[in-house]
Amino acid sequence: MITASLNHLKAAGLRLPHLAARSIIPILGISLFLLVWQIVAANIDTSLGKFPGPSQVWQQTKALADEHVQQRAKAAKFYQRQEERNAKKLAQDPNATIKMRAYTGKPTFWDQILTSLITVMFGFALASCVAIPLGIICGLSERIYEAVNPIIQVLKPVSPLAWLPLVTMVVSAVYVSDDPLFEKSFLNSAFTVALCCLWPTVINTTVGVSSIDKDLVDVGRVIKLPPSTHVAKIVLPSSIPLIFTGLRLSLATGWMVLIAAEMLAQNPGLGKFIWDEFQNGSSNSLSRIMVAVLTIGLIGFLLDRTMLVIQRRISWDKQAVLR
Amino acid sequence: MQHFLDISQISKTFNTATGTYEALQNVDLKIQQGEFVSLIGHSGCGKSTVLNLIAGLLDVTTGGIFLDGKQIDEPGPDRAVVFQNHALMPWLSVYDNIGLAVRAVFKKTKNRAEMDAWIMHNLELVNMTHAKNKMPNEISGGMKQRVGIARALAMQPKLLLMDEPFGALDALTRAQLQDSTMEIHRELGNTVIMITHDVDEAVLLSDRIVMMSNGPAATVGQVVDVNLPRPRNRLALAEDAQFNHCRRLVLDFLYAAHTPAEPQNSEVADLKASRPEAA
Ligand SMILES: Nc1ncnc2c1ncn2[C@@H]1O[C@H](COP(=O)(O)OP(=O)(O)OP(=O)(O)O)[C@@H](O)[C@H]1O
Ligand SMILES: [Mg+2]
Repeated sequence: MITASLNHLKAAGLRLPHLAARSIIPILGISLFLLVWQIVAANIDTSLGKFPGPSQVWQQTKALADEHVQQRAKAAKFYQRQEERNAKKLAQDPNATIKMRAYTGKPTFWDQILTSLITVMFGFALASCVAIPLGIICGLSERIYEAVNPIIQVLKPVSPLAWLPLVTMVVSAVYVSDDPLFEKSFLNSAFTVALCCLWPTVINTTVGVSSIDKDLVDVGRVIKLPPSTHVAKIVLPSSIPLIFTGLRLSLATGWMVLIAAEMLAQNPGLGKFIWDEFQNGSSNSLSRIMVAVLTIGLIGFLLDRTMLVIQRRISWDKQAVLR
Repeated sequence: MQHFLDISQISKTFNTATGTYEALQNVDLKIQQGEFVSLIGHSGCGKSTVLNLIAGLLDVTTGGIFLDGKQIDEPGPDRAVVFQNHALMPWLSVYDNIGLAVRAVFKKTKNRAEMDAWIMHNLELVNMTHAKNKMPNEISGGMKQRVGIARALAMQPKLLLMDEPFGALDALTRAQLQDSTMEIHRELGNTVIMITHDVDEAVLLSDRIVMMSNGPAATVGQVVDVNLPRPRNRLALAEDAQFNHCRRLVLDFLYAAHTPAEPQNSEVADLKASRPEAA
């Protein structure tokens, strides 16, 4: 027991200086950044007051968290009251029709984060379901690639915001349902994200599939693998790294696009939060926008790391260095 | 008389960016069942092209190739290929690499247990049962090549095609694999066509050595019959007059008569380096 913990300590002791040495430089970098931010911010005057420094932003972060807690408490109280009312009604008259109303408070910062996350995931998943098979087909067949490539090359540089009005009109025209599963605004954002997520995945998958080692393809031809097995056993495993490169680029693009689309279309999400704060124009607005900006960056980073973890899980090449 | 493998007056022309390139012209070769034939020739003369044509991985431009009287028009497991760089799927274990081939080739004729037994049998043939669960990047180059050979043998091919199978290995490993190949050939009696740059290897393993002239429009230059009794022992043969005679014939052909106009230094060095075989 004692030896075990001693060994443990020794191991930790051996690792600790290493870890400390490795984190010194990033910590220095961040400190320097905060310092520069503080100095620069103090020298920028806007119509909404001074540009927020790190401390104001930190305050607003806490404020936004508090608001969220308060809203949740309010909602809980609302539902409790409603239940009590209904229970009373039922006690007086067992046949009474009772109504359940949803709480309609203003969405908090955390709600907006969640909305944006769900939207980007949905759009990204939708795009990937199209892009990976399309990329595989283009990579396998030179002819199809030649037919599809010009279209990809022209559509790829199109700004997502150019798509937005078209997507909005098409969704309102086509998606008519009395009991909609999704909000229209959600679909607008998600489709816009999807349209922009397509290209990096298609292109990278195509490159990955068409650059499979020729010998491996020949092995497949000699043993006469049926096309489906060929794709599953040879094509997919060998193009996994490039497929993931594409997916990560797509997700990063999608996340950037989503914020812009939400701002422009006033669809719920982090983009709308920023826009609302901008319109609001209170003395705290800039700090709150800054919170949102940092959050967007952090989430983008976490999304990329998540993809990396998934790639490590799926990839057969455990020794590959992924960054 | 019908030949087992009949390569009948074939030519092969490639379409390249700068026009057409006639790689092979009038290649004619008959091979009997159970024969071990080596193809030797300078780099770029078209040996791999011949092998790929037999494998069906390339199409002939004119002429035809017949195996057992049937014309070859597509690749198939009856003509298994051993690649120079093993061509194992890096994401499949040794066992699964062979399993991929076995499952594809015998899906209608063998059940699960039989397939498993067959995979293990072929691993045993190349002495690789101990590494069946290893991944290709966890085993040495020689072991990978053994697995590549096991995979080819597991297809139960009529014809085994080997493209410089030992070219990427060090001399000692090469000698071991040559011995294994001879043993397997004696045991199974399969028909083998092997490309090599190594004159000693060609003489040691082959019943016949087919020497190709240089391209463009390469063709069969000369054929040497190696009438050494089997089993052959590399140490005993070193002093053997017949062995050295055959070797001499091949070297004469390669150096005297058919050195390319601009000798490719690396290639010549390779041929020389491979002469003193591991003792
Ligand atoms: N797909 C192709 N397109 C155009 N030319 C080709 C093609 N494949 C081979 N060639 C040409 O045909 C000739 C013969 O090539 P091949 O690969 O058969 O030579 P090789 O004898 O196997 O050489 P090495 O000993 O270096 O492997 C070469 O000049 C090569 O450039
Ligand atoms: Mg070759």
